[in-house]
Amino acid sequence: MLQPINVSLESLNLITLAPMLIAIAGGLVILVLDLISEKLHKSLYVMLTILILVIDFGATLGLNVNERGFFDVILIDGISIISQLMIIVGSIIFIPLALTSKRFHEYSYPEFFALFLFMIAGFQFMVASDNLILIFVGLETASLSLYTLIALHNRANSYEAAVKYFTMGALAAAFFAMGSAVVYALTGSVELYKVAEVLATRLNETGLMIAIFGSSVLLLVAFSFKLSLFPFHTWAPDVYEGASAPLAGYMSVVPKIAAFVVSIRIFGMYIDLGVEWVRVTILVLAVLTMTLANIMALVQEDVKRMLAYSSISHAGFIMAALALDTTEGTTAIFLYYALFMFTNLGAFAMLWISRHKNRRFDKRYDHPYEKFAGFIHIMPVGAVIMGLFMLSLAGVPPFSVFWGKIYVMQAAVNSGYIWLAIVMGLNSAIAAYYYLKLIVYMFLMDPVKDVDTIYYNLSKPLMAVIGMATLATVGAIFYIQPLISYLYYMISASGY
Amino acid sequence: MDNILSVLVFFPAIAGLLGFVVDKESARTYGITVAAIELFLSLWLWFSFDSANAGMQFVEMIPLIPDFGVSYYIGVDGISLFIIIMAALMTLIGMMSMNITKNVKNMIITLLFLEMTMIGVFVALDAIIFYLFWELSLVPMLYIIGAWGGPLRIYASVKFFLYTFAGSLIMLVGMLFMAYVYHNLTGVWSFAITDWYALVLPVDYQLWLFAAFFFGFAIKVPMFPFHTWLPYAHGQAPTIGSVILAAVLLKMGTYGFVRFSLPMFPDASVMMITPIAVISIIMIIYTAMVAYAQKDIKQVIAYSSVSHMGIIMLGIFAMNAEGISGSVFQMLSHGIVSGALFMLVGVIYDRRHTKLMSEFGGLASVMPKYAVIFGIMLMAAVGLPLTIGFVGEFLVLLGFYQVSPIMTILAGTSIIIGAIYMLAVYKKSFFGPVTNEANKTLKDLDSKETWSLVPLVLIVIWLGIYPKPVLEPIDNSVKAMLVFMDEKAITKEAKDMIKVAKSSQGGV
Repeated sequence: MLQPINVSLESLNLITLAPMLIAIAGGLVILVLDLISEKLHKSLYVMLTILILVIDFGATLGLNVNERGFFDVILIDGISIISQLMIIVGSIIFIPLALTSKRFHEYSYPEFFALFLFMIAGFQFMVASDNLILIFVGLETASLSLYTLIALHNRANSYEAAVKYFTMGALAAAFFAMGSAVVYALTGSVELYKVAEVLATRLNETGLMIAIFGSSVLLLVAFSFKLSLFPFHTWAPDVYEGASAPLAGYMSVVPKIAAFVVSIRIFGMYIDLGVEWVRVTILVLAVLTMTLANIMALVQEDVKRMLAYSSISHAGFIMAALALDTTEGTTAIFLYYALFMFTNLGAFAMLWISRHKNRRFDKRYDHPYEKFAGFIHIMPVGAVIMGLFMLSLAGVPPFSVFWGKIYVMQAAVNSGYIWLAIVMGLNSAIAAYYYLKLIVYMFLMDPVKDVDTIYYNLSKPLMAVIGMATLATVGAIFYIQPLISYLYYMISASGY
Repeated sequence: MDNILSVLVFFPAIAGLLGFVVDKESARTYGITVAAIELFLSLWLWFSFDSANAGMQFVEMIPLIPDFGVSYYIGVDGISLFIIIMAALMTLIGMMSMNITKNVKNMIITLLFLEMTMIGVFVALDAIIFYLFWELSLVPMLYIIGAWGGPLRIYASVKFFLYTFAGSLIMLVGMLFMAYVYHNLTGVWSFAITDWYALVLPVDYQLWLFAAFFFGFAIKVPMFPFHTWLPYAHGQAPTIGSVILAAVLLKMGTYGFVRFSLPMFPDASVMMITPIAVISIIMIIYTAMVAYAQKDIKQVIAYSSVSHMGIIMLGIFAMNAEGISGSVFQMLSHGIVSGALFMLVGVIYDRRHTKLMSEFGGLASVMPKYAVIFGIMLMAAVGLPLTIGFVGEFLVLLGFYQVSPIMTILAGTSIIIGAIYMLAVYKKSFFGPVTNEANKTLKDLDSKETWSLVPLVLIVIWLGIYPKPVLEPIDNSVKAMLVFMDEKAITKEAKDMIKVAKSSQGGV
């Protein structure tokens, strides 16, 4: 006879699950609404999604730091709270971009919004756990929803993008599963804190190092795919190009935050254990990623592809901070993404307002540089805002990304990696060229003759989102202090 | 008004923002009025400035990011005071003489933002605030060159931006390292320059940091061999762009050496005297020769401008009061003289749409007023006694003579070469018969041009004859800085080199 297992409700600490459950319940509500009435407008779903995310935000903010729950697989520490908050904020900025003045196919389906919320729940699971299996489940939930969201854009290259992303994602998942399997084989556990304990005691055993290497390589490959690090980055530009502009901007921020959190947990553990090899590999990958992606971005003819490569380069920048494995380094990761989020989403939103149904400027690309030639004459405010976003991305002070950049560089200097700070500086200088190229097109060239309106897709909600992003970009100097102290407090509280 | 510096920095910026509302037709008048008020404010700063006090005055400090040690920290001393006034003056004069017709409103707004960044650089006492204004100044200049420049304008503007941006990022790493060292020694984060002054660094740190800052400043100056962006920028920029670039933006680099490198790294600076002097002399002689070979008047002035920046660099690294005071004075004189020369070239370019010397000849008989003013400015550029150019150049050479007589003689040849190419320009363009038909009907300076040039002529002569009111505050602050450097220096060579006592007897 099996003994009945007694579990008390208190020991489950179900409140730790509340944020994910809110997102999932919200998705279900949207599906139910669709069953009841089919003729509902997308604006209803957008607003509902925002409301659900606001509740989600509140629930996350209310969590206590350093708690475990649900059979100890959920871990609510500082970085899981701040990353969940950032994921939610990023999503709240993203979702109103559905309210364009032109109709786009995907937003007429309530499933889009339901999937979106499920995806957020997936990301939340991913960041709020140190259990490799739950991380895997969260990762796959989120990724599968994301593939569908991309394909819903309903163009030939969206399908291409979705399938490409799916294939690469599946490969990454396989690597992740194999890496976890090796870790389990080594330690008999999938809980990272137990893994660390066991590994620490067995680190000196002969012949074991090769297995530890093996596990770290497999996991590193898996996350290099997810974070689009060189040489696993090749899918990213195509996928960004195929996805709708806001979704591309979203992909360059939110999924990466989630993947970074998991990377901090996993690779931070390896580095703490003294496996220097992991640190070196991450540094090499980071430097290669930022440099090569920068060089690729130089030769792009399409603004969206340029931004895709630039996002890869920024990810490389941040990856370098991960290798430092200091509190400052980890703070730098979150600070950078918090600042980068607004600017990058704003830049992609600017592409979104200029999206035409047909490609009017170029057969191959949606957003060739020529499209933005003389933008200052056509839409002065838009050109100035886009210019600000570009300067911010290039790291010109006092705009937001600059502060992230100097914080990362300062963290590198503080850990004794002055060469890394110099490489970062030189890369910023290379990157300035392609951001400047767009500014040159917008401000210094004359418009292509037969152009009607570029701001084809503009609507009030989009203006509001872009306005917010602009404010956050320009006014960064005023909120950096509270942001840094909050992030630093949360991260040091959770022991990273 | 204790917060006059903040007013000086942000008044043009606010005016620039409000400028978007001003009607296109009135934009020019608006800009000139704002620039005039700004100049008035900067003169007020001078009058309320205590010349006997060598330290920082009108200091303001508001913590911005305390966790990271960044604060809004500004102040002014004798070294920066006159550069601020000159920046305000040249912006005003540049706007007055400007005859751009395309997008005047955009130009005015851009200039006002540029003025904010220029003044911001010279008042900043926090490294990050300094860096912030330093980088921001690139953006308006990029737009001015790129939107109103010549046929190669986009290449020139992007080259200008990327060169300076790359250099300053290296400098940024240096600043971050400096903050890190400060944090290690004191346990506090601070980017305040005055806090950094207090650090006594080991010599090898000083050398590395000196090198990092050197990249940022040397590209801006621009020192040989980083000077290649400048002839392009000048060649393509509209007149107003060249005026501001030569008069103020280049001074940021030399000012950076005085404000950062010397007091922060006295030993490294002394060790670098010879290499920098050699580069400076190459820069002085080589670019002067290149200037002689130019066919385009504007290029002559552009290269002569680089050559004169070499003199300023030489003076800074003389490490004595004459040299540094002379350098700071030369910064002012170079700003006014080369600004005026670029404006004069602009005048003739507006009339003939060419800047080639071969197109001209005999202009003195057609445009007498123009010829007189051009002649005076040219003499000032060459360094004729009783003009502003003489005072600075003389002091610099006097100062550097104590370091190395041979190098001083080499640098002194620049006056001779300068006289050769400048007089050649004057001869080819102004003397002789009027050979070109198109030149016979040229109009002389109109009232707008006259009124913007005459004040500069007056300043050139006034400060050439009686430089004391300007030189005295500069000298006070420079001496205080040298005393400080002398106390701080750790190597014996540096202590020997930084001659304070000797120069205070000399009495400039």
